[in-house]
Amino acid sequence: MAGMKGFYVGLGAIAVFGAGALATAMVRGGASLPSGPIDISAIEEARGFGGYSVGDPGAPVEIVEFADFECPACRLAWVLIIHDVKQRLVNTGRVRLVFRDFPLNMHVNARPAHHSAACVAEQGKFWEMHDRLFETQSEWTGRSGAERMFRGYARDLGVDLDEYDACTREGRFRARIQASVEGAVSLGVGSTPSYLVGDRLYTFESYDQVKAVVDSLAGAATQ
Amino acid sequence: MKHRMATAMLSLIGLFVALYLSLWKIGLMGPMLCGTGSCEAVQTSRYASLLGMPVAFYGVGGFLAILTVSIAGLQPKFAATRGPTKLLVVLGGVGAAFAGYLTYIEAFVLQAWCRWCVVSALLIVCVFAVALVGLKERPPDTSH
Repeated sequence: MAGMKGFYVGLGAIAVFGAGALATAMVRGGASLPSGPIDISAIEEARGFGGYSVGDPGAPVEIVEFADFECPACRLAWVLIIHDVKQRLVNTGRVRLVFRDFPLNMHVNARPAHHSAACVAEQGKFWEMHDRLFETQSEWTGRSGAERMFRGYARDLGVDLDEYDACTREGRFRARIQASVEGAVSLGVGSTPSYLVGDRLYTFESYDQVKAVVDSLAGAATQ
Repeated sequence: MKHRMATAMLSLIGLFVALYLSLWKIGLMGPMLCGTGSCEAVQTSRYASLLGMPVAFYGVGGFLAILTVSIAGLQPKFAATRGPTKLLVVLGGVGAAFAGYLTYIEAFVLQAWCRWCVVSALLIVCVFAVALVGLKERPPDTSH
């Protein structure tokens, strides 16, 4: 019986130690975005940001995509349209693609996702994070703790996590993201994904539609 | 009966490791404590889920089952029977095989190591080994 008593004492000790370690790990969370109001003057100052671009700055056509990382339609567009646009139009120098933040308020993890991408972009890996967020959207959409998953993705991409955490903790790009949303609204963007090509807004359903518009604009430019 | 005590203790440790990974997976943990390993790369890979459920959840279920069988096997009603030990061999064997598959994925597919997963794999292999040793032991004499 003494042996059993010792066993149960040992088992209890492991249980207490394990529960304590888990509780400690739960309390010491990673950096979280501040949740307070954003200073209006900071938003005003951030209005100059034109988005994240890829492609030849001298390309004849610029496509500006307004998208939300947590929007399923944006993910679908990433799969069905954006990939082809990059491969066939951006890489061939015909188009310069610009991504602009338009996180919808109905998506609880959208702003943290866009902010995470901004912090990663600061370290030169926006498009890698952009792809990762869309690729993994189903894993974090609507879930609590998504910020920690984003941090994991950032880590996978090899960014400096201390700098990333500092960026998140400060909410360094909250104002810029809000400025992007307000800019999009002022242009008439009401849904995601929306595309600004030339001076017109589009809601493309396929790559062919994009190509037709690019062809017509490029043709007009050469005439 | 010592082997059942050993599997109980090993599975309780494994249960906490699996709980840690599960809680991290559902976002209730801070950044994963992993030293120089690549825990988050492994845990966010597509291999970290099986049939739509995080692999860590299976670990919680498996270790909990082993803990339950081990403790039940120590109770007077079952102490003299070999059934719990046989069950521990089966659970430990299935767990060790699954852990072997996951370790293979880490080593040759992801080429990234999650230390917690390695610890978990070692624990389940130990459970299996101890259960096998227990199977060879003679059941205690309870005729007195």
